[in-house]
Amino acid sequence: MTATTALPTEERVVRREALYFAVRNPKLVIGFSIVLVLALTGLFGPVILGVDAPNEYVAMPMLPPTSEYWFGTTTQGQDVFVQFVYGLRTTILAGAIGGGIAAVIAMVIGFVAGYRGGMVDEVLNMLTNIVLVIPTLAVLLIINAYLGIRSVGMQALLIGLTSWPWAARAIRAQTFSLRSRDFVDLARLSGVGTPRIIAREIAPNMSSYLFMTFILLFGSSVLIAASLDFIGLGPTEGVSLGLMLQNATQWSALQLGLWWWFVPPGAAITAVVGALYVANVGLDEVFNPKLRET
Amino acid sequence: MRQYFGRKLFIYGLTFVAAVTVNWVIPRFMPGDPVASMLARARVSQPEAVEAMRVYYTNLFGFDEPIWQQYLNFWGALFRGDFGISIYVFPVPVTDLIMGAVPYTLGLMIPAVLLSYWVGNRFGAFAARRKLLDNTVLPVGYVLTATPYMWLAVLLAWGFGVVAGWFPIAGGYSFSLTPSWSWTFFVDLLHHWALPFLSLFLVALGGWAIGMRNMIIYELESDYSNYLAALGAPAKLIRRYAYRNAILPQITGLALQLGVLVAGALVTEIVFSYPGIGSLILKAIQNQDFFLLQGSFMFIVIGVLVANFIIDIVYVLIDPRTRTGMAGAQA
Amino acid sequence: MSLRVSELRVHYKTLRGDVKALDGVSFTMDDGEILGLAGESGCGKTTLGKSLIRMDGRMRHVGGTVELDGRELPIGDDRAMNDYRFHEISLIPQYSMSAMNPTRRIGRMVTELLRSRGVTLDRKELESRIGMVGLPREVLDRYPIELSGGQKQRMVMVISTLLDPALLIADEITSALDVSTQKAVAKALLGFRDGGYVKSMIFITHDLALTSHIADTVMVMYAGKLAEKAPSEKLIKAPKHPYTKLLINSLPEIGVRYEERKLAGIPGSPPSLLNPPQGCRFRDRCPLAGDECAEEPPVNEIEPNHFVACWKA
Repeated sequence: MTATTALPTEERVVRREALYFAVRNPKLVIGFSIVLVLALTGLFGPVILGVDAPNEYVAMPMLPPTSEYWFGTTTQGQDVFVQFVYGLRTTILAGAIGGGIAAVIAMVIGFVAGYRGGMVDEVLNMLTNIVLVIPTLAVLLIINAYLGIRSVGMQALLIGLTSWPWAARAIRAQTFSLRSRDFVDLARLSGVGTPRIIAREIAPNMSSYLFMTFILLFGSSVLIAASLDFIGLGPTEGVSLGLMLQNATQWSALQLGLWWWFVPPGAAITAVVGALYVANVGLDEVFNPKLRET
Repeated sequence: MRQYFGRKLFIYGLTFVAAVTVNWVIPRFMPGDPVASMLARARVSQPEAVEAMRVYYTNLFGFDEPIWQQYLNFWGALFRGDFGISIYVFPVPVTDLIMGAVPYTLGLMIPAVLLSYWVGNRFGAFAARRKLLDNTVLPVGYVLTATPYMWLAVLLAWGFGVVAGWFPIAGGYSFSLTPSWSWTFFVDLLHHWALPFLSLFLVALGGWAIGMRNMIIYELESDYSNYLAALGAPAKLIRRYAYRNAILPQITGLALQLGVLVAGALVTEIVFSYPGIGSLILKAIQNQDFFLLQGSFMFIVIGVLVANFIIDIVYVLIDPRTRTGMAGAQA
Repeated sequence: MSLRVSELRVHYKTLRGDVKALDGVSFTMDDGEILGLAGESGCGKTTLGKSLIRMDGRMRHVGGTVELDGRELPIGDDRAMNDYRFHEISLIPQYSMSAMNPTRRIGRMVTELLRSRGVTLDRKELESRIGMVGLPREVLDRYPIELSGGQKQRMVMVISTLLDPALLIADEITSALDVSTQKAVAKALLGFRDGGYVKSMIFITHDLALTSHIADTVMVMYAGKLAEKAPSEKLIKAPKHPYTKLLINSLPEIGVRYEERKLAGIPGSPPSLLNPPQGCRFRDRCPLAGDECAEEPPVNEIEPNHFVACWKA
């Protein structure tokens, strides 16, 4: 149909320009590089290290960092570096899946509420407000506590199910402003159905915004997952950065001065989340020319 | 005005119902016989505790009654302030345990939140559009907001507690003291409070500073700022106006951040074994004390709802637009 | 002589280079004169208005001078310009609807603004001027949101002229209004001039018809340069520059049926000011263009007070 055909050249120019500024934006480049390096470490590190069980006792307990054990060992003689690499994998995975699920829910609710309006909007808005007010971590606490066996996937799913409201609200507002644009009207008049209009007309026109929303949800999911792990509601198997922090405090790493046990995992969480936030600022500058000038 | 608050209260009421319902549904959703599995998992040594639990659970769950009756019973118990008996410190009622912990949590949270909010907003507003400051406030702010609350708490405890030895790193007061209205106890309390407070304060600070900086930049580009500048008004006046306008979205931001701040307080308490709700929750989890956990959940939800409502009132007091808009609707 | 602008050049800094928004504009204004400034968007009229009171961050004063009552204005120096703003030169902005701080009562805002400029508020005078534009005195106790669009516009007019400036710049203030409100605003502006509250006024608009009702003199700009400047009557009735002629032809007229006479737009678009072409800038769209137009036409005073920049005039 007319409205859904070729991308206007203007839009293509805008995209090319965005790319031009993207590769020259230090915030974006540095932020994404840090995330990428840490994600690759988590992804391939375990393979390269060739260790299957990060919680095995491999050496003398409480060794400070050496050339063999880069991050030293725990009070039980576990290799902190091996745990760190595995933990990175778990934590980034939990954040990405959790953030992804939250983004999908936020998009569905935001698009439908913003596009349909009326009663549907009222009901969805109410739902959003309710989930927004309930403290996320508190809900996750009781759900996770009742779950006997906890997996990373389950944790991510639950985080996704509870952390979408602010994003849904923002997407709803954006959709609302796009709804009455000419090209959407045109598509509607030519008989295109609602899901198709949302997928073909509305979503592409706010793709940069959606991507930025996902980035922020990713970051917050990493933090929520780490908090859950720390309280003792992390995955029952394996290791994550939050679990490392929990073990470190539980086994008195503080009092014993085993700084190599609790510094790396926290630093890695901060690095991942901080890099995501900084990259997000960079993205904002790329997509928003007004911010670019100054 | 009545309509505005009516709508807000309606939402909060619904939220409360939703939270209570979640609290009621979750144990029932778990596979198997909930009473048996809870009894099996609870780490209880005293036989009388096990028996009391069985009676209590069976009463509460009321399995021989229809499901709606069970639900109503749950609400009934709630309104009597009955959250059950704690298993881990049997037979203390959950309500008593929580009431003992709430002052510590509030004493930690309220000053940390308000102070970080105030200082962060000032900092952010001051740094906006001032090259040098902006270039330091912004990165520091981002690092702080990205820091997990418990990690900063651990670092502070290690640095100022273990290495430097300036502050105690566990408990709300020294074991050698008993709570009393004495000067010694108060100083001891403050001494234990300092590090958890600082940790909460610092992490929250970053977010406020960044938010305010961005809002101020937006306001400084606004039409009224340009008009004032064209009439030669000094930057001081323009910034003052911008601050006043930027603080409004920041108040909404405070409401949105409440959940995160509560979570931050919980994990910070756990690091410092500070005797608030957070430490209570940790013990509840470790001992599979579900009544205590569910009671804590209800208290947190109620606290957040009340705080939300207070923020709504403050917002109306500060923004003339909501007030006059409502005055117009009434006339 | 009230205002003398000579060879004013103002550029916009962009990533692709300098946009020469004002490229050597000269004109003078007398005391009490209302100058209408017209032209298509991007012709430099708004840039000229801004240059006279406050340049935005991307604008650079590249050359030329502006004299107000014999004193040269430091237009490129934001700080030094501050002494002149509000006291000597004032502005009614395009965005009057949102020009007032939404979280201050109007009276308090005016008081604070005046105090910041070292002036104590004369409440009586303020109230009398508010009455003059037909607003009730109570607006001072209201928040901007409680006023209608037209009321806000008039309130901003009162604020801007409160210190009796020598020069008032009114930037596209009528473009968002309906026709009857436009008339009222125009009348109020004339009232400010005739009452002696402002000495002279620059009225920027793209609406040539409206300009001629208010202004004593109309100046038409094209692509950063002056095209034609003449007393209103003369410019409308006997324009000399082909661009002015086309502009006037494109105006709708009352009593004319447009089935018979087509409304003529001007084909083509103005040249890029990033790298403006040599010679007359209107050449590519000009129906009369000839070989001599490859050279830039000087501004000639063909009759007293009638200036044209065209070889054919």
